[in-house]
Order: sequence, then structure tokens, then C-alpha cells
Amino acid sequence: MAVGNVTSFGRSGLSDWLLQRVSAVVMTVYLVFIVGYILFSGELNYADWKALHENFLVRLLSLFAILSLAAHAWIGLWAVLTDYVTVRLLGPSATAIRIFLQLGMIAVTLSYVVWAIAILWGAGING
Amino acid sequence: MNDKRPVNLDIATISLPITAYASILHRVSGVVLFFAVGILLWILDASLASQESFDSIKETLSSPIVKLIIWGILAALGYHLLAGVRHMIMDFGIGETLEGGALGARIVILAAFVLVGLAGVWLWL
Ligand code: HEM
Repeated sequence: MAVGNVTSFGRSGLSDWLLQRVSAVVMTVYLVFIVGYILFSGELNYADWKALHENFLVRLLSLFAILSLAAHAWIGLWAVLTDYVTVRLLGPSATAIRIFLQLGMIAVTLSYVVWAIAILWGAGING
Repeated sequence: MNDKRPVNLDIATISLPITAYASILHRVSGVVLFFAVGILLWILDASLASQESFDSIKETLSSPIVKLIIWGILAALGYHLLAGVRHMIMDFGIGETLEGGALGARIVILAAFVLVGLAGVWLWL
């Protein structure tokens, strides 16, 4: 039976590794698209910018990008926290501190996802 | 765990190779980006909410201090992306030798300098 893992994002280190790569590629596609648009569409104006984000495919790509970002950041920051917030470096309270930081990281990540979806479907906090 | 085990990783006394700098910069830029995403979402939100908020965020983004922050975010993003692509190229077994690794790190750092320079030109000119 596979051993469960309460801290990594996917089921194993290998699936985390793969997700980290797939999400990196998806974000890169999104970035090339959006930066390309900003650079080459001339002076940005509200009507065109708004229309771009009402396009279904653009919304879909943006949604994939933010979901990728969430998985990517979750896995990446988990790796960083488990490297530095350790009992060896910080002493016996390290585990509690790390779990606290991990929960904070997860809360921020999930907030980003909800916020991005709200923005894309027209319910951002600015209007 | 036995805490008397020897630990010999006093980073301050070790002279780091360029690959180590490339690696730690990738990590630092990843952590910076995590917080930068909040700023970017806020800008996206304001830019799409209404014509008025589009105009006002455009105004905000033209201030020198905000431009500096955006430049920093673009630098982190540019470096992280380039180093990430290098990572994935190395996953395919390319440039995994000692020399290849050092060369790749040098290329990424150099390319990042060029990219960050271009981003600065775009922001200020
Ligand atoms: C903008 C959102 C992003 C955030 C917040 C982010 C954050 C991170 C973090 C914290 C790590 C872990 C670093 C480490 O363990 O040392 C990481 C790793 C990685 N990032 Fe990103 N990243 C982002 C975007 C990207 C993009 C656009 C790429 C495209 C190439 C990318 C490629 C990678 C790769 C390949 C790794 C894995 C490195 C490894 O296995 O050690 N990231 N990222």
C-alpha cells in the first residue's frame, strides 16, 4: 500500500515534481501571451483590455494559470519551509512554527485563487 | 534524533560556486513572487473593474516608486522563469555535467541581466 503523506501537495515526491513542471509550463504560456499582448497591442485602453478578458479562451487560460500557480507555490513553498524551518535550525518549536507558516501559505494561496476567479468573472473587490 | 551528529554546512565559510548562486536566486525569486502575486492581482482587479479604476491604476503605475516595485517584480519573474526553464532543460539530461551546470548558470544570470535591463527600458522610456 502506498504510504500517505500529509504535507506534500500531490501523492508523492514524484507527482509533486511533475506538477511543479507542468504548472511552470502553463504559467509560462500564460505569461508569454499576456506580456506579448501588453507589449505589442499598442497603447492599452480599457475597452480592449476588458474585451480581452471577456473572451472565453482567455478566461480559460487565466484560470489554468492561477490554478497552476496555486499548485506550484504550494509545492515550492513547502520545499522551502521544510528546508529552513527545521528542528536543527530553530530548535524544538520549529515543527509548530512550520505548520503555522504552512497553513498561512495555504490560506494565502487559496485566497489568490478565489480572488482571481472573482476578477475574471467580474466580481473583483474594486467593482 | 541524535543532535551530536556532525553538521558541516557553515555556509558563511564556504566559497560558493556560480551554480549555488543561480540556485539560491531561483529560490529567493520564487518566494518573492509568491507575495508579488498579491500586488499583480490587485492591479488586474483595478484594471478590469471600470473605466475609472482603469484610469486611476494607470495613474498609480506611472509613479516612480510604483515603477520601481514593478521593476523588482519583473526582475524576480524574469529570473525565476529563465532559471526554471534551465531546470527543466537539465531534467532532460542536458547540461548536467559540472562544466555544463556552471555554463548554464552563467547563461541564465547573463540573460536575466539583459531581460531586467529591457524591462527597465520599457518601464521608463
Ligand atoms: C509567479 C508565480 C511563481 C511562484 C510564486 C513560484 C514559486 C516557486 C517556488 C517557491 C519554488 C521552490 C524553489 C525551491 O525549492 O528552491 C519554485 C520552483 C520552481 N519554479 Fe516557480 N514560481 C512561479 C512561477 C514560475 C514560472 C513562470 C516558471 C517557469 C519556468 C517556474 C519554474 C519553476 C521550476 C522549474 C521550479 C522547480 C525547481 C526545483 O525542482 O527545484 N516558476 N517556484
